Amino acid sequence: MSTGKIIRKDGHYAHHFESAEQEYTSSKQGVWLFLSTEILMFGGLFVAFFIYKGMYPEIFHKGAESLSWVYGAINTAVLLTSSLTMALGIHYIQKGKNSAALTQLIITVLCGAIFMGIKYIEYSHKFHLGLYPGQMFSGETGGVENLPLYFSFYYMMTGLHGIHVLLGMGLITWVAIRTARGDFGPKYYTPVEGVGLFWHVVDLIWIYLFPLLYLVE
Amino acid sequence: MSTAGAGHNYLEHGKGLMSWLTTLDHKRIGLMYGIFIAFFFLLGGIAALLIRLELFGVGEMFTGAEYNKLMTYHGAIMVFMVIVPGIPAILGNFFLPLHIGAKDVAFPRLNLLSWYVFMAGSIMAVCTLLLGGVDTGWTFYTPYSIGTSGGVVLMVLAVFILGMSSILTGLNFIATVHKLRAPGMTMNRIPLFVWSIYSTAILQVLATPVLGITVLLLAMEKVFGIGFFDPALGGDPILFQHFFWFYSHPAVYIMILPAMGIISELITTYSRKTIFGYTAIAYSSLAIAGVSFFVWGHHMFVSGQSAIAGILFSLITMLVGVPTAIKLFNWLFTMYKGSVQLQSPMLYAIGFMFLFTIGGVTGIMLAVIGLDVHFHDTYFVVAHFHYVMVGGTLMAIAGGMLHWWPKMFGKMFSEYWARISYLFIFIGFNVTFFPQFILGSMGMPRRYHTYLPEYESLNQISTVGSWLIGTGFLVLLGVFIHSLMYGKKASENPWHSKTLEWQTTSPPFHENFEETPVVTAGPYEYR
Amino acid sequence: MSEHHDVYHVTPFKTYMVVFLSLLVLTVLTVWVATVDFGAANAFIAFGIATVKAMLVLLYFMHLKYEVTTNRVIMASGFFFLALLFIFVLIDIVTRVPVESTL
Repeated sequence: MSTGKIIRKDGHYAHHFESAEQEYTSSKQGVWLFLSTEILMFGGLFVAFFIYKGMYPEIFHKGAESLSWVYGAINTAVLLTSSLTMALGIHYIQKGKNSAALTQLIITVLCGAIFMGIKYIEYSHKFHLGLYPGQMFSGETGGVENLPLYFSFYYMMTGLHGIHVLLGMGLITWVAIRTARGDFGPKYYTPVEGVGLFWHVVDLIWIYLFPLLYLVE
Repeated sequence: MSTAGAGHNYLEHGKGLMSWLTTLDHKRIGLMYGIFIAFFFLLGGIAALLIRLELFGVGEMFTGAEYNKLMTYHGAIMVFMVIVPGIPAILGNFFLPLHIGAKDVAFPRLNLLSWYVFMAGSIMAVCTLLLGGVDTGWTFYTPYSIGTSGGVVLMVLAVFILGMSSILTGLNFIATVHKLRAPGMTMNRIPLFVWSIYSTAILQVLATPVLGITVLLLAMEKVFGIGFFDPALGGDPILFQHFFWFYSHPAVYIMILPAMGIISELITTYSRKTIFGYTAIAYSSLAIAGVSFFVWGHHMFVSGQSAIAGILFSLITMLVGVPTAIKLFNWLFTMYKGSVQLQSPMLYAIGFMFLFTIGGVTGIMLAVIGLDVHFHDTYFVVAHFHYVMVGGTLMAIAGGMLHWWPKMFGKMFSEYWARISYLFIFIGFNVTFFPQFILGSMGMPRRYHTYLPEYESLNQISTVGSWLIGTGFLVLLGVFIHSLMYGKKASENPWHSKTLEWQTTSPPFHENFEETPVVTAGPYEYR
Repeated sequence: MSEHHDVYHVTPFKTYMVVFLSLLVLTVLTVWVATVDFGAANAFIAFGIATVKAMLVLLYFMHLKYEVTTNRVIMASGFFFLALLFIFVLIDIVTRVPVESTL
């Protein structure tokens, strides 16, 4: 019984599977199952947002005024680009071009960093105006009762999303290091694909967050 | 293919504590869950006994505040740390791969991680006692839970983490059932226990994330005052209830579906007869899982939810009785003209059918809004859910543990004392909880530490019943411990059952089967 | 050749670029539409476009177009049950009848 590390790029696979292909397809199914849970978790926030927006349109109208669509649009473009580079990263590994793949993965992480940088700018600007979440809110309400509720949503949704961006960056860095080390090849790239799928869901959530927060009044 | 793995069983494969803490073997992981879940059951059980002691008389043993904490921990521990994880984590982990002829679950390392996550969440939950103790009830309703202290934030974060463990287990099981079935084992040939675990896993994956976001929001509400559920800040407490029950109703089916899977296995083995209506029972598990998502508002009939929503939820709730009844009738028809052996596991199975029927039928009564207006928050509800969760799930766990004990440990147990445990539990259960239906109908509210004098005599009977249940479980514990120390060696198949786990050694090999089985028939080919 | 069971399917570089450019165009479109006042329809249009973008990401970047049906069902279920949560909560909210307090 092997006790050493399994070198999967040589086509080896864990003992409880019948083949490398079964291991690959099983792992992918596991990732899809996990991604479904992320949709449901974030989705709960979207549901609450729509319900409250229906109940208090004035709160959401006033709150949205403090968001700049320019930052939102730039961030959307940044994340879309990162999804492209993530997909290309896997594409190059599938073709055995590991150094090209590594470049794409690094760009993906950098895009994530740019995204977080812009978020930092946005958050700082809001804090400057006293637009803190919940009880800490000290900004202008413009006469709208319970305006802080809007910012609670804003920080909760972008905050949870931001945590996932950071997690994704960490995961991509991990697979990038492994790519540089030569762990992957056309016969085995499962972790890269799994991480990639996670990253795309992070992008997917932003695709909906952008119009929700920045564009719809 | 090494023969060393075939020579010794999974208990002997690797010695010492570290070999267990780093194991990837689904059987060992199942046992690790089992030890701690049994311990948490003891904690929750002590809380229950103290509750019943308080309710023995009208006088006060505990203050109202202390009582609220007791009932919260009883509920939270039993729900999140015993019955929700229970059967899937222990018997599901142990037997799912064996039932489908696989060597392990799809993701063994994730399985071990699930155990560690479960332990972390459980320890966090228990640690809240050090912060004063949570007194909100296991449902954490707002706005009370927003204002009260005593460790609510830590407790709900513990629930979040326990939820993660549940999701990972469910995810693992779905991938396992889809991908690792032995050659010839089509979905129409998997044991009904596997169908039930599979349906449960779907619930675990789809429902738990909403609980996750709900408790996260509650934590943020308490820390930052975000205002989602606080009416003073524009929030809606009923929204909390919607989000909470969107998970918690499917959760009760997470609690009962695996139990029904066990009963299917017990009935067919101990009737020496093929299950009646395999396909109907299999699809009824999926149906129950599906419908369970559409009914959560029946916990909210008097919350302030609209009447129309209430009517909708009420009608759909009554539907769920149909697939459940299908199972019950099919078990009965399996026993009819079968060669019924009244071994202790079968006694528990028959007890299940009787008690679960009462629990289920009273559930339909509660589904009727007109009746629920009177019954809501009374002991009628308490009796209903204890009939299905204790009379149902716990009886099934006991029966399943006894049934599979010889396979797990290679030792037989004392049939005589197992039957004694059954008598105490079955009789004790009815003595404890049947009076509560009457008390509820008379108007006795739940979650109160004292009550009107006219309720006293029934409460006293109920408390005596709790002592009988406690005795029964202590006897059962004794049966298990005695078996481990002195039990006779068990054969491969002491019950002459037909499912795959009985076609390998007791206890099983580390990799389960000497050779991967090739399946050519259904799981219950008795006659 | 069955696309559905081509487990190690390699998507061409060109396909990725076409999808990416489409996503950028759709982003520009959604920003432009938001500047025009369609009234209540604005929200629907915005989410409609977002859904088209989401489908592109799901089908091509995440390879759902070439995936087995099971994985598609798994992902779709997440959205389906989310919709369920939304619809039933909405039914409650919109059918509530305000009642004067008698206290």
